[in-house]
Amino acid sequence: MSINKEQDFGTPASTATANVTLEIDGFKVTAPVGTSIMRAAASIGIDIPKLCATDSIEPFGSCRLCLVQIEGGRGMPASCTTPVAEGLKVTTQNPRLAEVRRGVMELYISDHPLDCLTCSANGDCELQDMSGAVGLREVRYHPVATHLNAVKDESNPYFSFDPSKCIVCSRCVRACEETQGTFALTIDGRGFDSKVAPSQNQPFMDSECVSCGACVQACPTATLMEKSVIDNGQPEHAIITTCAYCGVGCSFRAEMKGEQVIRMVPNKDGKANHGHSCVKGRFAFGYATHKDRITKPMIRASIKDAWKEVSWEEAINHAAAELKRIQTQYGKDAIGGITSSRCTNEETYLVQKLIRAGFGNNNVDTCARVCHSPTGYGLKQTFGESSGTQDFDSVMEADVIMVIGANPTDGHPVFGSQMKKRLRQGAKLIVVDPREIDLVKKSPHVKADHHLKLRPSTNVALINALGHVIVTEKLTDEAFVSARCDVASFNKWKTFIADPRHAPEATEAVTGVPAADIRAAARLYASANNGAIYYGLGVTEHSQGSTMVIGIANLAMATGNLGRIGVGVNPLRGQNNVQGSCDMGSFPHEFPGYRHVSDPETHQLFENAWQAPLSMEPGLRIPNMFEAALDSSFMGLYVEGEDIAQSDPDIKHVHAALRAMECVIVQDIFLNETAKFAHVFLPGSSFLEKDGTFTNAERRISPVRKVMRPLAGYQDWEVTQMLSNAMGYAMNYSHPSEIMAEIAGLTPSFAGVSYEKIDALGSVQWPCNDEALEGTPIMHTQEFMRDNGKGLFMLTDYVATHERITPMFPLILTTGRILSQYNVGAQTRRTANNAWHQEDRLEIHPHDAEDRGVNNDDWVGIKSRAGETVLRALITDRVQPGVVYTTFHFPESGANVITTDNSDWATNCPEYKVTAVQVTKVSQSSQWQQDYEAFSGQQLELLEQGLNG
Amino acid sequence: MKTERLIKMANDISDFFNAEPDKEIAAEGVKSHIMRAWEPRMRKAIIAYCQESGDGLSDLAKAAVAKITG
Repeated sequence: MSINKEQDFGTPASTATANVTLEIDGFKVTAPVGTSIMRAAASIGIDIPKLCATDSIEPFGSCRLCLVQIEGGRGMPASCTTPVAEGLKVTTQNPRLAEVRRGVMELYISDHPLDCLTCSANGDCELQDMSGAVGLREVRYHPVATHLNAVKDESNPYFSFDPSKCIVCSRCVRACEETQGTFALTIDGRGFDSKVAPSQNQPFMDSECVSCGACVQACPTATLMEKSVIDNGQPEHAIITTCAYCGVGCSFRAEMKGEQVIRMVPNKDGKANHGHSCVKGRFAFGYATHKDRITKPMIRASIKDAWKEVSWEEAINHAAAELKRIQTQYGKDAIGGITSSRCTNEETYLVQKLIRAGFGNNNVDTCARVCHSPTGYGLKQTFGESSGTQDFDSVMEADVIMVIGANPTDGHPVFGSQMKKRLRQGAKLIVVDPREIDLVKKSPHVKADHHLKLRPSTNVALINALGHVIVTEKLTDEAFVSARCDVASFNKWKTFIADPRHAPEATEAVTGVPAADIRAAARLYASANNGAIYYGLGVTEHSQGSTMVIGIANLAMATGNLGRIGVGVNPLRGQNNVQGSCDMGSFPHEFPGYRHVSDPETHQLFENAWQAPLSMEPGLRIPNMFEAALDSSFMGLYVEGEDIAQSDPDIKHVHAALRAMECVIVQDIFLNETAKFAHVFLPGSSFLEKDGTFTNAERRISPVRKVMRPLAGYQDWEVTQMLSNAMGYAMNYSHPSEIMAEIAGLTPSFAGVSYEKIDALGSVQWPCNDEALEGTPIMHTQEFMRDNGKGLFMLTDYVATHERITPMFPLILTTGRILSQYNVGAQTRRTANNAWHQEDRLEIHPHDAEDRGVNNDDWVGIKSRAGETVLRALITDRVQPGVVYTTFHFPESGANVITTDNSDWATNCPEYKVTAVQVTKVSQSSQWQQDYEAFSGQQLELLEQGLNG
Repeated sequence: MKTERLIKMANDISDFFNAEPDKEIAAEGVKSHIMRAWEPRMRKAIIAYCQESGDGLSDLAKAAVAKITG
């Protein structure tokens, strides 16, 4: 293995299709129109010296090192800013160019510390490389003024800024603007005083910097350097793998020193991220080796007992014996399991296979239950497939972008940056959200054309109003509908949606959005050449989550915004493998590939393949499992990689259900909240310790590769296999590639997927089969995936949620996430990301705060019909009057103590986004928080006792 | 399974299909959804409850459960 540095072509690739041919140093080269001479030269192995150019950002032409001569041309143009042209004859090396380059380098080096041997960039410094390339042998200048004593900024926990080493090439500034879109950096001052400055000459941590790492990546010297490299030295080999955070699924180079990750560098060839990253994927990987990792299996008889470390064999045999005992005592259907979107495809496939074939029932569910299960349902009904329709790059062709209930710059930051790039190019933006997300007006050079600031829970009324305007103002794409959709269903929908009760003027009282705004937004979306909808959990986590997904699908079909680049319906998946865990058959009613368990043909296929009798009845969903536990008909649970005791709603109910079970088996890397209720703990492996694949929000199957040995000795799929064998159902895989081969053999949309293909292509988007050998970036281009190939319109009446505001609970609480933390926080809370977000806060509008005498930072009690918790207040007009908002990254916050058991009608996805609450100023934590602190402390003591023997 | 919970679930499903003007089609939709998504012990419980009194269930939910029992 080696570090295998990625080639830097100096400038971005041209997207032109026409080519020109020129001659560089006597060699013929053909390149697309618009390509720089620098890039064309690099493509045939001629490296022109450069410092201010890198292929992730547009050329700048400032360093004057990449000068060339062109036959018949004047002077020495910069090759980075000079495009290729037919017949050019370019010289990149001759004595005159060499002399100029040496002169330029001499000036740079005259104001640069000559500490190469002890510099953190030694071995990976472009300035050092260029000195060598131009043959610099002496520096004749002895400047009276230098920047050598400039003070370092160490404020960012992950990287250092040493201005004494800065050559003011502006690569960092341009990366922050072009790649990330934050514009946190600038060049302050003029001439000799010019310097890179975060914000208004502030430390990085006090600036708008979001710590995405783009500037560090772009820096050609040690000016911006990862602290992990400063501490440990340069990595010696790199392995391509996929981030385990959000649903963007960024490709990374894990740059290693032995088995130690030195840094995670976004992979330039990654098709989901194109070399970009966010603070989580780029820097927050330290949790994988955190001291809280549990690496020995443990068992105990009761949750009041101390844990006892045991061998793998004893733990597995004990777990299997308990599960079998429960089945004997309570019945075959009294046990089940939960897979996780944080696990690989192969792992989730194996867990559901164990449950269906080994447990003999379909009691398997996944955490997608509580996030995007309505997406699966709604899009399957209307389009015939439970997935988004586009790839991420499609957004670069969108003319109007509608973002509904999503916060891409926080939740899906790398895609958020791509979307911002398109918006800066001029695409129009409609934001549908109760809260003012950054895209509305806080992102530089981005401003929403319409912010439909609706009341939480009124999504369906709003989507119907948009549909009403489109139909009644005759903005539908009749040609698309008649060719591609079920026309009878369209006509029925048209009649339904044209009813005056759906008119914006009628829904205004419900949604709180002025009718004129809705009409304008509807016209904008419907009249776009390419209109694209992106949505998130603000759509799904409602009692009408599935209805809203269907409403979105209706709107896209009615306007012909499907089946080509630049359009589509795009669910932004929360966790890294939400799409994959659903694809792999993690839902209780579906086999892999979204085929119902009662379908005779599919049932037979899996019975034959798995050599086991399989149930044709749907199993229990997660909330049903809790209900069944409380009536003693569900007593054993195997949970892999999921933390239901923190993430699920009405948490007191969940805890009661977990306490009622006789055997809870948790497989995780930490003693998470669920493990505090467990009887068997099987240590899991982080994404760095195993092989497998993740499938991101654009259906892209990407490789996860082991970069270090599993700390506990086994990869997660091996643990599931051991449990299955102990249960008496034989599994004998020797590598996850064999599991993927089995998946491909049983799932038509995966038929062409293999590890060989993923390795060859880097990633592949399903459907991948004989009809689409290299995968499918855009779906439904010819026909929809339904049996008759036609898109189905469905009726979507608005039904008010059960959760009503009353004088006792006058505010609506809605929840969301923040950039620096991830989901339940088990990973990011164990990293320096806490520097940005140390606690969950309650956002409250100034009017509501004033009514209650609440000041910023005050402790406030938040009481709902389900429970009460206490958080500190953050007064902001980002939320509207009557609405409060919080994140849920810290267990002690108890955000889910107050959420209710209301859920989506079709999928039981919890209504996290709507809880009626009252907020009052308090002086102490809630009773639940005090009880939690006592229980959690007791559980950690029981763990300590176990670890100490 | 708490009966109240099942009643709420059945009514919520019915609320969606209630948009369908043809109530026979709507009831078939509710029935199909319950058949495809509910675990047998849940179906058994709602059938038993419906046969016992059905109080609190919407008319559409009752019609759908009646279709399940045939």
